[in-house]
Amino acid sequence: MGSLTNLSYFAAAALFILGLKQMSKPLTARRGIVWAGAGMVVATLVTFFDPNLHGFFNYILMIVAIGIGGYYAWSTGRTVAMTDMPQMIALYNGMGGGAAAAIAAVELFHASGELNPEYGQDVANLLGNDVALLAIMGAFIGCVAFTGSLVAWAKLDGRYNGSSLFPGQQKFNIALFALTAFLGMAVFNAESAMPIILFFAAALTLGLFITIPVGGADMPVVISLFNAFTGLAVAFEGYVLNNAAMIIAGTVVGSAGTLLTHLMAKAMNRSVKNVFFSGVGSAQSQGSAMTDKEMKSVTPNDVAANLMFAGQVIIVPGYGMAVAQAQHKIWELAQLLEKEDVTVKFAIHPVAGRMPGHMNVLLAEAGVPYDKIFDMDEINADFANTDVALVIGANDVVNPVARTDKNSPLYGMPILNVDQARNVYVIKRGKGTGFSGVENQLFYEDNTSLVYGDGAKVAAELIQAVKEQKA
Amino acid sequence: MIEGYTALYIFMLAGFTGYEVISRVPVILHTPLMSGSNFVHGIVLVGAMVALGGANSFTEQVIGFFAVLLGAGNAVGGYVVTERMLDMFKSSKGAAK
Repeated sequence: MGSLTNLSYFAAAALFILGLKQMSKPLTARRGIVWAGAGMVVATLVTFFDPNLHGFFNYILMIVAIGIGGYYAWSTGRTVAMTDMPQMIALYNGMGGGAAAAIAAVELFHASGELNPEYGQDVANLLGNDVALLAIMGAFIGCVAFTGSLVAWAKLDGRYNGSSLFPGQQKFNIALFALTAFLGMAVFNAESAMPIILFFAAALTLGLFITIPVGGADMPVVISLFNAFTGLAVAFEGYVLNNAAMIIAGTVVGSAGTLLTHLMAKAMNRSVKNVFFSGVGSAQSQGSAMTDKEMKSVTPNDVAANLMFAGQVIIVPGYGMAVAQAQHKIWELAQLLEKEDVTVKFAIHPVAGRMPGHMNVLLAEAGVPYDKIFDMDEINADFANTDVALVIGANDVVNPVARTDKNSPLYGMPILNVDQARNVYVIKRGKGTGFSGVENQLFYEDNTSLVYGDGAKVAAELIQAVKEQKA
Repeated sequence: MIEGYTALYIFMLAGFTGYEVISRVPVILHTPLMSGSNFVHGIVLVGAMVALGGANSFTEQVIGFFAVLLGAGNAVGGYVVTERMLDMFKSSKGAAK
């Protein structure tokens, strides 16, 4: 590797860390991604002209691959709706994991082709124990992140909606994991290409099989975990290629992603083990205890009157708001109410939507200022002083069984105390349950009424009704 | 060359760095930051280029081609969506406290 290449990797690594640091504060976040982007451009350009790369045909392939991959990602990234962001991040992350695994495949196949069986040489002899081990581990992790992220993407994008494929799948997954690890060891001492092919097939299958049973509500944790996985895989392959930029960037992402995964899982009262080995989605809905009460539904007109004469209104958005693209209408409604001297606040559960901060992104898109948006801990005590809580498209994160019913899969998850408000209105498309499949007791409470309809449509009707009643 | 203990030290220090960078992040930035870190491991692209640039057989070229294609997707896609998200935060900055 030329010294110019090394210098550019040094600069890239520094720019990545500085960029991430700036991305962690709202005021400098925009600058952060530009710095990190500059690091990437420098590293890529200098690598392209590195004297160690060879082969005219290889260069042609490289340009075509960058063109196709880059163009596809650029065009999808530019056009994807903000609401669909989580699955796009999953997709791009999966591509990174796949790339890391493919690098390992190139190196391992390369090594297997140069073996000299006459001397009983194997992959570990040729590459060195450390390089072989990290190449295999990186390939393992990268493969799982690759196919796993594709499943996460397909699930969130509504293209695929499976749960366990067959009874006992989780035991099967453990066996498959053991088999993959065994094949990995076989690659270590491989004297031909065959173990390598089997190992990759097993690792790719494992990624599919462990992600398929995961319930949709747990997807944020899974995406974040696979993000950390890809980081680690990149770091390991960086060691294989003797590439410091990959080692540093990959490890930084690996540890940051692990911490982020942990924070998310904690907010949902789930452990990573739980997510993979007992999908909430597979739990039976438990409505029997609540059927003695009736759900009440009201019209937007009734709600509008109550909103206008309220002292304080707290709006609780969830994924339903994202699906309905209702954030602009909701903010318009909030501004209208503020003119009537109503205090309007937005309450965001840490895992509302499909990713932590997803709702904040959407509200920011609509123009809601930060100081009206509150985290769960900041606002939970405030619900008791609130006249109207308006829940739009949130479900599991406001379900009181999380506090009361020890048998519920949601039990123990911190929730927004929406039920303590004097009136609760829930805007909802239909009578279905939340992502967890658990019946929501909130809907049956005496102070709760439901408004059925698409979030954006109901919000528009509410705006209309408020305007009419003001006139 | 990065070998043995040098690599271990780099792993350790970079690990702490990642932990420190993210530990003070407000919840509102979690999604953009996950996306931003997703972009950062797009550096896998340069590794893929090195792997393809050193490919000697047809198999290696095919796999290397996909490595570069996927790596480019990771880097470009990660950048575009992160920038779009953070752009919105910038525009609402004036209204924030």
